[in-house]
Amino acid sequence: MLAPLAQVQIQDRSAGDASCVADDGFCPEWIVDNFDRYVDPFMQHVFLTLISVAIGFAISFGLALLARRRRWLIAPIAQITGILYTLPSIAVFFLLLPVTGRGDLTAIIALVAYSLLIIFRNITAGLDNVPAETKDAGRGMGLTDRQLLWRVELPLALPEIMAGLRIAATTTVGLATLAFFAGAGGLGEQIFADINFKSNVVVAGGLAVLLAALLDGLILLAQRAVTPWTRARAT
Amino acid sequence: MDEGEGDMTTTFAVLGQFGDAIQFIFEGETTREGTEVGGSQFLELTWEHVKLSVVAMAIACAVSVPLGLWLGHHRRGQFLAISFSNIGRAVPSLALIAFFVAYLGVGFTNLTLALVLLAIPPILTNAYVGVTQVNPDTVDAARGIGMTEGEIVRKVELPLALPLIFGGIRTSAVNVIATATIAPLAGVNTLGDPIINASGYGDTGRLAAAIVVAALAVFTELLLGTAQRAVTPEGIKLDSDQASRRGRIQIPIRRHAST
Amino acid sequence: MRIKRWLGVLLAMLLLASLSLAACGDDDDDGGNGGGDTAADTGSSEAIASNPDNEGKRIVVGSKNFTEQKVLGEIFAQALAAAGYDVDKQLNLGDEKTALKALEGGDIDAYPEYTGTALGSFFGVKSNEIPKDPQQAYDDAKAGFAEKSLTALPPTPFTSSNEVALTKDRADELGVEKISDLDGESQDLTLYGSPECRQRQDCLLGLQDVYGLDFEKFTPVDIALRHKVLTDGQADLSIVFTTDPQIKREGFVLLEDDKGMFPPYNSTFVVRDDTLQEAGPDLEKVIAQVEPGLTNEVMQELNARVDLDKKTPEQVATEYLRESGLIE
Repeated sequence: MLAPLAQVQIQDRSAGDASCVADDGFCPEWIVDNFDRYVDPFMQHVFLTLISVAIGFAISFGLALLARRRRWLIAPIAQITGILYTLPSIAVFFLLLPVTGRGDLTAIIALVAYSLLIIFRNITAGLDNVPAETKDAGRGMGLTDRQLLWRVELPLALPEIMAGLRIAATTTVGLATLAFFAGAGGLGEQIFADINFKSNVVVAGGLAVLLAALLDGLILLAQRAVTPWTRARAT
Repeated sequence: MDEGEGDMTTTFAVLGQFGDAIQFIFEGETTREGTEVGGSQFLELTWEHVKLSVVAMAIACAVSVPLGLWLGHHRRGQFLAISFSNIGRAVPSLALIAFFVAYLGVGFTNLTLALVLLAIPPILTNAYVGVTQVNPDTVDAARGIGMTEGEIVRKVELPLALPLIFGGIRTSAVNVIATATIAPLAGVNTLGDPIINASGYGDTGRLAAAIVVAALAVFTELLLGTAQRAVTPEGIKLDSDQASRRGRIQIPIRRHAST
Repeated sequence: MRIKRWLGVLLAMLLLASLSLAACGDDDDDGGNGGGDTAADTGSSEAIASNPDNEGKRIVVGSKNFTEQKVLGEIFAQALAAAGYDVDKQLNLGDEKTALKALEGGDIDAYPEYTGTALGSFFGVKSNEIPKDPQQAYDDAKAGFAEKSLTALPPTPFTSSNEVALTKDRADELGVEKISDLDGESQDLTLYGSPECRQRQDCLLGLQDVYGLDFEKFTPVDIALRHKVLTDGQADLSIVFTTDPQIKREGFVLLEDDKGMFPPYNSTFVVRDDTLQEAGPDLEKVIAQVEPGLTNEVMQELNARVDLDKKTPEQVATEYLRESGLIE
């Protein structure tokens, strides 16, 4: 079944005439036409961020509860998570590569490690800032320690916890742009696909900033919804 | 490996890969192609890394501290100063660097500009907040004894705001050092090179560079932390001590993560 | 205060947008101009037949980290998928050593390598000892790969060579036409190349050994920036590839390789022996169907579609396969 001689169309490109796209400029038309190539990386970025913050929160919460009764644990946990926090993430991505391979897992491990300090610190600080009198009153009312924690301390610590989540979320969005070094895709991969092309850099970078702002706003709204009594206070 | 190093080499070798990496940092090796990597060549990379970070930080401080002090003293632009920090946190460093590469091109100068922009928000915000936190009565008293506005800023507000300012500098410094690791993407060869372009250096080189960068970051954090404590007036220090005795935790506040 | 904060973010975005708009070029994003378009024959093209026997046979196709490699990787991956294989892609791995490592380690099953690169980087052949005849170079590379339990399939017609380039203005200024013309001047010139260039005989090392050139500074930059550093005036010299569409567009001058330092660089699809066994005869057959159409002209066109028209390598690969009649 022989097809007729097939041909690849070759364009004459020696003229080098001005074209927004070929000149690597900022081209709104092109952006509108090609916006769909940013959707997948954006969704991947959302995925990486949400999963990492969620897991980071779960672990930090557990650690904070653990340290609540054993206060001597706070310093070492803070130290370790603090060191993880100081390490440049790109170094961590590459160090994990031989161990966990290229892919989402490596990126998520590193991103979770980064969020630990922020969230842990904020949960612990939040719990700590609950006035002693309130706790006494609770105990006076006959609440068990567990009830005290869940019905009194945690609700009062919510603003601080949410603040921590906000910082963690926006920071993670930033770090996740480097996740492509670990083979996990995301908006960083898109930026890097054509770092010369202004349109590309602005859109991919802009989407990352938008995502961070969006998450920040959403968590803030959630905080407002769950803690109506703090609305009077300015932060 | 040089046998003459004797015991030290053996100890390091025991640490396995880490030992190899540390040896790489100090001795270096010759690749199959005959080029020298590691050792003194690493010094060059480290110097480039430090140079980039220091220059960026110097410019950022020179811009942010006076501006923050001025804004804070006159109680102006609160919205700007605080939002700046929030926006700064939301902009990923890779995006910022890519933006500069796309619009300005590669090179030390352009990259330094990007890093300066990265470093400004924490310092600016902290300078602003530091000044606004000074007790207004103190400022009034200073006015009362005849100090000019400029003198008030320099002699009253600045010293009291110094701890917070140093906190901001600390945050920025670690951030800049971490971001300088991806400088090779913008044509400036720092310690990020063995990490991102490991082929010439090998896995040992990559690990070695990661260790050095991490060490730099931690060292800077500790150094500036000490400086921060040193400039904290005794009164405030005592307050914190009392606070910790009451069982409240003292974990340093940093609003940016390293990239 | 909250609203103000949001306004702040909005302001920043607007600032960013207006900054970008200020640097806006022409809004014309029509790629080609009417006159001068030609069509390249790709020879007899039978469509790739999907063989049900190939179902369930998994092939992971990799590639290195620049446009041409990504396009080639996509072409081979899509062609194999059309033949019924179960194809995964791991493109954009890194430089040649990273790719080889992934191949030997089994992370990928195949990737397109260049004969000259293989001989110089993997098998340690000095660049002026690499055979100038493309067929000979391929045979030598094939032998080298065979020792690693890898099979190098027959090469493409096109060859994409490393070359030393400068802007026309700079070339006129310095009055150079051949690489050896740089002798005596090179110590005042800056050379930009990929990071792996520092370690390669067919790059910096060769220029030092074969031509005896010492540069004021060699700066490693990401491959994607190899043309930008010339147009921005950062670099005096830069290492580019002969199939780069930017050469024609920007009017770069390629210095003549008078001492014959650069080897042939035909692309050969390198496959693991075990994968080749399992895959059966169709793998080689498909590659043999796809390659004849990849001439210098065509490869340059495909690269241009990605670099200048800003299409994705995936799109461009599909276009090639369709226009060649290899897939529907």
